[in-house]
Amino acid sequence: MSDRTLYDKVWERHRVRELPNGQDQLFIGTHLIHEVTSPQPFAELRERGINVAFPERNVATTDHIIPTDPETRDDRPLADDSAEQMLSALEQNTEEAGITFYGLNSDRQGIAHVMGPDVGATQPGTTIVCGDSHTATHGAFGAVAFGIGTSQVRDVLASGCVAADKSDVRRVEVTGELPDGTVAKDVILRIIGDLGVDGGVGYAYEYGGPTIARMAMEGRMAVCNMSIEGGARVGYINPDETTYEYLRGREFVPEGQEFDERKTYWESVGSDDDAVYDDVVEVDVDGLAPMVTWGTTPGQVAPVDEPVPAPADLPADEREAAAAAQDHTQVTPGEPIAGHPIDVAFIGTCTNGRASDFRQAAAVVEDREVADDVRALAVPGSTTVKRTLEEEGVDRVFRDAGWEWREAGCSMCLAMNDDALRGDERCASSSNRNYVGRQGSKDGRTFLMSPAMVAAAAVEGAVADVREFDTGGALR
Amino acid sequence: MTVEAPDAPDDLRVTRVAGTGVAVRGDDVDTDQIIPARFLKSTTWEGLDEYAFYDNRRDDDGEITGDHPFDRPEHQGASVLVVNENFGCGSSREHAPRALRRWGVEAIVGESFAEIFADNCKSLGMVAAEAAPGVVAELQDLVEDDPEAGLEVDVAEERAVYGGNEVDVHIDEAMREALIQGVWDTTTLMRDALDETREVARDLPYVEEVE
Ligand code: SF4
Repeated sequence: MSDRTLYDKVWERHRVRELPNGQDQLFIGTHLIHEVTSPQPFAELRERGINVAFPERNVATTDHIIPTDPETRDDRPLADDSAEQMLSALEQNTEEAGITFYGLNSDRQGIAHVMGPDVGATQPGTTIVCGDSHTATHGAFGAVAFGIGTSQVRDVLASGCVAADKSDVRRVEVTGELPDGTVAKDVILRIIGDLGVDGGVGYAYEYGGPTIARMAMEGRMAVCNMSIEGGARVGYINPDETTYEYLRGREFVPEGQEFDERKTYWESVGSDDDAVYDDVVEVDVDGLAPMVTWGTTPGQVAPVDEPVPAPADLPADEREAAAAAQDHTQVTPGEPIAGHPIDVAFIGTCTNGRASDFRQAAAVVEDREVADDVRALAVPGSTTVKRTLEEEGVDRVFRDAGWEWREAGCSMCLAMNDDALRGDERCASSSNRNYVGRQGSKDGRTFLMSPAMVAAAAVEGAVADVREFDTGGALR
Repeated sequence: MTVEAPDAPDDLRVTRVAGTGVAVRGDDVDTDQIIPARFLKSTTWEGLDEYAFYDNRRDDDGEITGDHPFDRPEHQGASVLVVNENFGCGSSREHAPRALRRWGVEAIVGESFAEIFADNCKSLGMVAAEAAPGVVAELQDLVEDDPEAGLEVDVAEERAVYGGNEVDVHIDEAMREALIQGVWDTTTLMRDALDETREVARDLPYVEEVE
């Protein structure tokens, strides 16, 4: 048979057996663990008298609850009691089970979905799960990766497997030349805007086509990362030379002849040329403009220079939600969102917290002061990313312009630490969710955009069009 | 290879949920609304019921307004939640269905569900049943107009029953079988196959050592 997708091939190789309810028992090659969704499963295993089945297939880190303020970062116990409890539980659980843990002081610590690729634990042809919905990020490498719930975390720890149903596969064919000033984030926001926030339910998304083929790994990760915002639990990209070269030399990746052998496997899992898809959609990015969300779901999005739609102009079933969303965000329908004031600028997260995201933003940040009254936070996605940027001097560019340069973590993406919106602050954010209350204040307002667009907003104190900034060609 | 269902104790089998209903209206109700992230900071599952729809139930001073369906006296004790499209989208937090469960919800009928949310319901032995928009509208009107009205979700027959009416609902096959057979807790079930799992692992070029 030679008409199979990567998804089919990887699934088949990891399938252990069929369960009584018709689901497949699927072996999990890599399980990523963090402090928020792991304390209960470890405790439940202990209660049931079960040990961790494949400790060497697990990698743990801490990301959601830790402080990112360099001043307090190393203070133990953590100032927040419940955060301290979660972190110590993870330290103890991983120690007992013999699981690799990149803790607070590790130079490998980071958001799970940044750390995995950093160390090369994320590889093509593997199955990857994590108790976190943005696990599809790892699909950028040609892995079948998806988020799981806490009971399923218990399943993986106890059995090395999850019970899962195979989805249909939709090929998302991306064509066209990305215009200057637009990046992967704009592509995925556009896809979600087109296909809807629940358009991907029941599907695994295979992103492909010339635009994706030209994209660097960081961009591919940003695209796969937000699959879940489009309803798809799995999003992936077939591995190619870009993937293999990115992996070469990373800690978890073998070297020399073993690398070549591993590569042969990686090459074998890609979708066949005549692979059969359950659905195919085309997205043409020619003429794409930087995208900004105007509402309270990632699908409520428009090009920065086009008018925000009036609810009455939307399909009947979207009007009520759009009106409620605009009431919350206070944008003006009929006018472009450019110019809408912001109070906070935030660059980071598992979507856009990688080195190239900060480098792109730095082209805007450099020699341009953060506007008065704007709080600007740069939070690298991992300690590896942070050190890389510091070696390049990128941190200085941010600091000199008035940005806070933070330690790695999830930070203001969901505000489980001290980094949160206050009151009804408006935030230009490189994160992935603009749900009401997401950034820690129920009245806070989030506008999703690319890192360079966040940087432009920080300078203007309002949503701005990055294409109007001279960036010396850095955003080409 | 297929395994036979183990004999599950009867109290794990979920074949029907009967009680009264409560409606939460709106599409794309996300997990940050169902339970805000700040309440995830715990190493146990205690106290979650207080946090269900926490912000939606409160005013600017943090006082419960009493307007939310979960606070209306007539809906206390309801066990069937009726919702609209793409319910539970967003994060993978199992705290979301657990918070609803602790409040009293045993079955949810909705136009559609986010996948991870539905999976999490299954892990808890909680029913997530899909119904056509018209059916959902009818059920939501029913539970609002007549909160005392009995509402039953029959898992095996895939139908909702109220006031002598029967309407079709759809329950994903894997969920339905898991509920009916009482095998929604898959931990022990899958661990029983450790040997076969090791064989699969050994065949994978990237898995280096398997004891
Ligand atoms: S950065 Fe945000 S979306 Fe990503 S794992 Fe952390 S909290 Fe979740």
